[in-house]
Amino acid sequence: MKDENETPQLTEDEKKLFEDLMPEDLDEILDTGVNRRHFLKLLTLAGGGMLAAQSAAAEQVFSRSLPPSSGSLAPATIENGVNVSFKVNGMVRKLMVDSRMTLLDTLRERLELTGSKKGCDQGQCGACTVIVDGRRVLSCLTLAASCEGRSVKTIEGLAQGNAGSSDAPSLDRLHPMQAAFLKHDGFQCGFCTSGQICSAVALLEEAKNGDASYVTENIRQKPGPVQLSIEEIRERMSGNLCRCGAYPNIVAAIQEVHSGKPVEQTWQLVG
Amino acid sequence: MRPFKYTTAKDVTSAVQQLAGNPQAKFLAGGTNLLDLMKEDVERPDELVDISRLSLTQIRPIASGANQGGISLGGLGKNTDAANHPLVRQNYPLLSQAILAGASGQIRNMATNGGNLLQRTRCPYFYEVAMPCNKREPGRIDGPSGCGALEGINRMHAIFGWSEKCVAVYPSDMAVALAALDAVVKVQNAAGQERSIPFTDFHRLPGDTPEKDTNLNHGELITAIELPQNKFADRSYYLKVRDRASYAFALVSVAAALEMDGNRIVQSRIALGGVAHKPWRALKAEKMLVGKEATEANFKLAAAAEMADAKPLEHNKFKVELGNRSIVRALLVAMDGHKS
Repeated sequence: MKDENETPQLTEDEKKLFEDLMPEDLDEILDTGVNRRHFLKLLTLAGGGMLAAQSAAAEQVFSRSLPPSSGSLAPATIENGVNVSFKVNGMVRKLMVDSRMTLLDTLRERLELTGSKKGCDQGQCGACTVIVDGRRVLSCLTLAASCEGRSVKTIEGLAQGNAGSSDAPSLDRLHPMQAAFLKHDGFQCGFCTSGQICSAVALLEEAKNGDASYVTENIRQKPGPVQLSIEEIRERMSGNLCRCGAYPNIVAAIQEVHSGKPVEQTWQLVG
Repeated sequence: MRPFKYTTAKDVTSAVQQLAGNPQAKFLAGGTNLLDLMKEDVERPDELVDISRLSLTQIRPIASGANQGGISLGGLGKNTDAANHPLVRQNYPLLSQAILAGASGQIRNMATNGGNLLQRTRCPYFYEVAMPCNKREPGRIDGPSGCGALEGINRMHAIFGWSEKCVAVYPSDMAVALAALDAVVKVQNAAGQERSIPFTDFHRLPGDTPEKDTNLNHGELITAIELPQNKFADRSYYLKVRDRASYAFALVSVAAALEMDGNRIVQSRIALGGVAHKPWRALKAEKMLVGKEATEANFKLAAAAEMADAKPLEHNKFKVELGNRSIVRALLVAMDGHKS
């Protein structure tokens, strides 16, 4: 989708305004790139609006009257509020959360990242799986308050070449696991898919590191990269349930990315 | 979830003091069981002291003391790291297998070694606050009390060591291996004192106080779990039997380990999961095997001797025969080194 507000870089005025509003985020944004649409959205959220980009006077007004970060509500409205700052898909996010807020609810309700799904909310289905500091975890059983300084990757952060960058304008390059799920039809309703994909991406790293599983034949063998059999993939993905039963396709997708070779899909007629 | 104050602990000393100052406070480590129970309104702490960043994560060989030559697992190390540490995989493969038999990859990445031991039962009557439960609400007078499972659906429940007050089973797999391997739990209290609890004394049978899962006092923190040196690594196996192939709690599990001299058994360790309020050391079976040949016939005799003491409930009579066969199979696999 093409958005007319999207240009490769922020203007000098915008940078200046951003620096005033969110000094701690500026480096991050200049490094990782943020599209103008997102920038303007942040300003709108913060109460700035379109004027801000145009008027130096308005800029001063806004920077004085605004709270120090984009996500914070007035502390009085939150019982047991905790200030927390962590990276989500490479971008520093600072906000005040109720101590009871899970990472999942924070991503979905406060940061507008609704790709991570709430299935059971009890750690039994895996739909909320995200990657924190390189490891897959359940965001429904993680308190946002405990994520201070952590780096969170969600399904929204897996694709490369984000919309708005000059060499791949508005066209995302899917993560190989996302592409393989599409190719192998690794879903039906799609509700578990973001959790499945995040889990599978982290699983590849675990296999590379030589991590064992309950079905590993010789647990005492010196750890080295693990060749993932179908049995290994099934065991290691057992924390992600799929009510549609797309398991054979999910396993095929993971096998293909893991092996780097095309995996044949086979069907059998019920005899 | 009820409101609670969230604080973080800088070090072990301040963590134990923070907890000692508030009887309603709890430590938060991996949170995989505690947060779930808080959402269900089963656990109601008014303060969580986050200890997940304390440095109690090391896995290291023990250079001196009673467990010299053994290994120490930091209380706040992650289950994933314990299961995959080269020293654990090489010298305590039973422990690696047991950890990996539990939960899912995501949960093992979050859960800590100390927290794993403090998991609460998954008895559905404990989890459902509308049901009577002596463990959840001991001595409750304004509503349902008693044990819902005793006369209820008790297919998943205990066949050893239960009481009229509670028939719940303890859920951890890791702990079953630790019981078999004679682990020791190191804890520290608010006064800075340390004590060592032999693993088989760490968890309790329900008796008249099912609300107490362990002999840990409020404010005591598990700093490490120590494993003594042993000669079981060549012949051990953790077998877990469950309703589905993976990611389910055990119907019955067996941690089996043998030390051999030729074809004679020098010593054996057998612990069962899914059958009692704590990891169940099969001492009768262990004793019977000492000095015997490692044959299927002897394994069957030992298993039968142990399971003869079982007292099944209405819906879990199958666990007696399942326990029998599981002990035999775990011992055979331990001898053979192959799973099938």
